[in-house]
Amino acid sequence: MKPRLAPAATVTGRVGENVPRPDGVLKVQGGFPYSSDLQVDRMLWGATVRSPHPYARILSIDTSEALAAPGVRAVLTHEDVPGKRVYGLEIPDQPVLAFDVVRYWGEAVALVAADHPELARRAAQKVHVQYQVLAPLTDPEQALLADAPRLHPDGNVTRHVKIRHGNQDARAEVVVTGEYEVGMQDQAPLGPESGLAVPDEEGGVDLFIATQWLHVDREQLAGVLGLPPDRVRLTMAGIGGAFGAREDLSMQAHACMLALRSGRPVKISYSRPESFVGHVHRHPGRLRYEHGANRDGKLVYVRARIVLDGGAYASSSTAVIANASCFAVGPYRCPNATIDGWVVYTNNPPCGAMRGFGSVQNCYAHEAQMDKLAEALGMDPVELRTRNALETGSQMITGQVIDGPVPVAELLRRIKERPLPAASDPGSLDLTTQPGGVSNTTHGESVRRGVGYAVGFKNVGYSEGFNDYSTARVKLSVVGGRPRVEVHTAAAEVGQGLVTVQAQIAGTELGVTDVVVLNADTRVGSSGSSSASRQTYITGGAVKAACDAVRRRVLALAELELGRKTGKTDGLRLERDSVVSADGREIVSLTTLLGDEVIEETHEFRPRQTTRLDPETGQANAHVQYAFAAHRAVVDVDTELGLVKVVELATAQDVGKAINPQAVEGQLEGGAAQGLGLAVMEEIQLKDGVIRNASFTDYLLPTILDMPPLRMDVLELGDPHSPYGLKGVGEPPTISSGPAIVAAIRAATGRPITRVPVRPHDIVET
Amino acid sequence: MIHFLQPASWSEALAMKAAHPEAMPIAGGTDVMVEINLDLHRPAGIIDLTRVPELTEWGTDDGLLRIGAGVTYSRIINELGDRLPGLAMASRTVGSPQIRNRGTVGGNLGTASPAGDAHPPLLASDALVELASNSGTRRVPAREFFIAPKRSARRDDELIAAFLIEPAAGPQQFSKVGTRNAMVIAVCSFALAIDATRKRVATGIGSAGPTPIRATDAESFIEGVLDEGRLWERPAEVPTSAVTRFGELVAAAARPIDDVRGTAAYRRHALAVLARRCFTWAWVDYRRMGAA
Repeated sequence: MKPRLAPAATVTGRVGENVPRPDGVLKVQGGFPYSSDLQVDRMLWGATVRSPHPYARILSIDTSEALAAPGVRAVLTHEDVPGKRVYGLEIPDQPVLAFDVVRYWGEAVALVAADHPELARRAAQKVHVQYQVLAPLTDPEQALLADAPRLHPDGNVTRHVKIRHGNQDARAEVVVTGEYEVGMQDQAPLGPESGLAVPDEEGGVDLFIATQWLHVDREQLAGVLGLPPDRVRLTMAGIGGAFGAREDLSMQAHACMLALRSGRPVKISYSRPESFVGHVHRHPGRLRYEHGANRDGKLVYVRARIVLDGGAYASSSTAVIANASCFAVGPYRCPNATIDGWVVYTNNPPCGAMRGFGSVQNCYAHEAQMDKLAEALGMDPVELRTRNALETGSQMITGQVIDGPVPVAELLRRIKERPLPAASDPGSLDLTTQPGGVSNTTHGESVRRGVGYAVGFKNVGYSEGFNDYSTARVKLSVVGGRPRVEVHTAAAEVGQGLVTVQAQIAGTELGVTDVVVLNADTRVGSSGSSSASRQTYITGGAVKAACDAVRRRVLALAELELGRKTGKTDGLRLERDSVVSADGREIVSLTTLLGDEVIEETHEFRPRQTTRLDPETGQANAHVQYAFAAHRAVVDVDTELGLVKVVELATAQDVGKAINPQAVEGQLEGGAAQGLGLAVMEEIQLKDGVIRNASFTDYLLPTILDMPPLRMDVLELGDPHSPYGLKGVGEPPTISSGPAIVAAIRAATGRPITRVPVRPHDIVET
Repeated sequence: MIHFLQPASWSEALAMKAAHPEAMPIAGGTDVMVEINLDLHRPAGIIDLTRVPELTEWGTDDGLLRIGAGVTYSRIINELGDRLPGLAMASRTVGSPQIRNRGTVGGNLGTASPAGDAHPPLLASDALVELASNSGTRRVPAREFFIAPKRSARRDDELIAAFLIEPAAGPQQFSKVGTRNAMVIAVCSFALAIDATRKRVATGIGSAGPTPIRATDAESFIEGVLDEGRLWERPAEVPTSAVTRFGELVAAAARPIDDVRGTAAYRRHALAVLARRCFTWAWVDYRRMGAA
């Protein structure tokens, strides 16, 4: 029993061409089957009973009234978890269903499956949980104190990363210090957490799910369900965005448990408010920095203390804090560094992966510090950055020497030299150009312009020795009289454009016009997650490797055939659905050459190995590849009302090689918009551990009137280590866009602005 | 189970409301459906008013415009923007184009939220809200209509039939502060209407108190300044100090709180700025009118 999924489409295009998304038209027309649209016969609906307290002891759970409610087929608690009761990406500390205590507001406590979603929700209200309410620990600094209540058996410190680079007692002529705060951002994917679990006849289950990593979901699910992994089969369902929110399990285990218990297919689809408690968020951070420099602007040292609030469970916190620490000084040469990165447990909602992954929080701090330092030195802020910019062969504060292109100075030069937009026209009656927009708050009164710059970087791929690889199966055969390539991986298309990338690589490598990318599932080996800006590199690399193997076999076949006839087999290539000679003449069409033959190869691809940070010094070759982007922001600020209009963003980014330039532009646009969101409006507001704005009414995302035109400079400098020389693209746009906007607001207002998102009352003194 | 009622005429709607006073009237659904979807409110019944033709009409009634409760924001902007510029400006700040195509002023009044965008201009224009039930019709001045957050003078057996408002007799302005440049609920808002015929200045404050509020002290202060300086007759610039004082008095009339959208201190501050700016813009228009 299978639900309707998006059809596998034939894609034609080569590496470097603009290739449209095969799902684009369906999505615009409303015909794309998202995971929340999944449906099969006899399907039940699941609902989740959640904790109304951020911290409480569970005294009892009474499910009898819910079980007796109309249409109810199953009610489950922690006692019904068949296998492991806890899961987690790095540390298995999160209960599938809470037992003993709840550690955050909205934590899942019980499950209901019923014939109709409304019946399930109503029955969920009839699960009676008795709590002994405990005082929540919501301040990460307090969580670090020795006498703080311990939220987990090993204490409240999830990880402390120490980086000790160079002289720890270095002194400098010019010193600036600052403290910065970053609020909790939500990934806010427009598609909520949703999926459909279908039990089989033998006690196994098929899960149709919108996720970022099918295999790690399966590994965790097999443990929770007490099943061997091959009895848990996952198929990718239509996804409405991810941005890190779908790296952890949300409703996956719940739907499977309900399906296995009831013997019926079960769908769970979160509402928007539930989604806000159903996935992890970006870590809020408090960052204290001290920069020392020579009078000529050369950095002497950076000392930083970074505290990230990990919330109730670990998720990927240990990797996020490693990033926040490794990239703490920004893309600058810094001979001496002392970095202490802490991530702690609190009773706030759990935090984990989000686009930028630890490099966003610190960018706000190091870029504010660079501006402060420039001011102290009386130096142009771009000049100061350029003077300290990392270059090829520079050493990171982790001791790693960066190879390949490191165009930090070049990116800065490009955004600096781009002409500035025209000054705002105070007589303009077009309110959409003013801060406040059509809300008619200013006709030019108190509007001041500011320009700000920021540059950031982060790692591409997994770090610290994590086994990073991807698997691809490529099949070449003749279908309907034409050669056709089928590409099959488990890599999640999350909206980033991986389907076209895989097809373009196969089309290029095998010279075939028709390429079909099969829907991702667990019938093929793991591709790793769609995160860390890694899929084009790693899964792209795997597709290329499998294509190389297919090509070798095709050419061997051709050589065998031709050798018999002509003896000339040097320099044969695949192009235009044919085998061609070195000078491009068609020798034989693939259709003729292959006949009924099917050539299939499965290959794994691994980038170079990394190593773990030394626990005392933080020194290691911890990262595979570094990706850089710089932004310039131009803002108009109504300084009396504290309202901001971002007039223009300009960016320069080295993408190594743009496989699908139009998709690259999409990433640069979307990433900048998400950065803008954190800079000026997006924040999950918490009070004593409770989310106060769990809806799109009050969790504000940028609209088209908030996001300005993005002027782009896409550099293709070619990394010698990666397939086609490409670099990961998805995350860098989100790192420096926000800090550039905040720098521009500071320039317009003269106010220090040390916290994001910037609120009107932070700009206006009241 | 939600009881769903769908009257085809106004008399049928009133009969249904009399029989089911607990039923929630729904027009555009831009408030009611959101509340239901978020599980914040689960009405026992719903009266769908979208098939009642009378509610979507507007016309004149003894010198006033009588506008059916089911007239959408888009229609107010397009069909009445010239006669009701203040309300049209407020309507333009409501949600997105899709929401303005569905949402109605009647619905705004029904919810009676202190943040309702239409309320400040209705206050500033001394609008009347027409309430109807099986036992009759009454017209309640907007300034008496709002009682508490999301509570109004409407009785359970009554439906909002229309609102009545004078066509603008002078310049009008509306300003709203939100933390996004579009599609945002007001942090605070302000409406101002100059009545050149009666020589009056009227105000409305939104989202800065338990109800929409009129800043009556500010109104009499600035009217005093205009009267004393004979500025109505010989329109000249109003002294900056007086405009500043007007803003301060508007801010003083507000009763804001700290909430998820902003702080009380910021709201007061912003209202003073909005009041100053709105008066300045309106007065420039008034002087221009005088010159013409």
